[in-house]
Amino acid sequence: MNTRAETMGMMGIVQTIGEPVIAILIVAGAVLSVLSAFGIIRFPDVYLRAHAATKSATLGVLFVLVGAFLFFWIYDGYPSMRILLAILFVFVTAPIAGHLNARAAYRTGVPLWKLAKDELKPALKEKGIDREQAEREPLN
Amino acid sequence: MSILHMAMTITLVLLSLAIAGCMYRVLKGPSMTDRITALDTIGVNLIAMIAVLSMMLDTQAFLEVMLLVAILAFIGTVAFAKYIERGVVIEHEYESGDDGDDGDRTDDR
Repeated sequence: MNTRAETMGMMGIVQTIGEPVIAILIVAGAVLSVLSAFGIIRFPDVYLRAHAATKSATLGVLFVLVGAFLFFWIYDGYPSMRILLAILFVFVTAPIAGHLNARAAYRTGVPLWKLAKDELKPALKEKGIDREQAEREPLN
Repeated sequence: MSILHMAMTITLVLLSLAIAGCMYRVLKGPSMTDRITALDTIGVNLIAMIAVLSMMLDTQAFLEVMLLVAILAFIGTVAFAKYIERGVVIEHEYESGDDGDDGDRTDDR
């Protein structure tokens, strides 16, 4: 059984190790977010921009949230379930939102950047959705 | 100033830069879906900013705000995407067929 002094020493070790780990995690997450913003500015196409926004921004935010989770676990002594819930929620919903956006973009005729072969267009036409008509009459 | 505090400051600055970059795409974006994608990314970055801010102030009071921003950003994105794709957000089942007053551009499924 630990004495109080040993427990405090253990907490000191955990804090000493945890501090640079948290620092590295949150800075890495911020760098990933900046890279995704760079992709959102520079990519030539809605679909490529969705690729930058969905994947790397989600990973960056997950890094920052894991850092915050470790921070409150180490310094408050118990894990925060709300941050865990936020991590799960972002992890589940960000890909869904990106998918819905790309789907809406394709079906309303937003032009693609370079295209060798579009197999989705005839498949959608069989279901009654005409992308060529949507391209002729752009929504925006 | 400890290394953790310095890292938090750097993180806040970088996240602000990321939000500014997304703001450029929101203002300029050639199509509507560009703007929605950038707005969704702004919401996701805002969650990270609130997490870093609550670490800086050493309080757990902002964690509910984080969850609320996540939920609102997701619902807003889904509603916008559905509106752009179908012309309606909540679909009604009409018995007498489509009379065209709901702005539906695509076929009903």
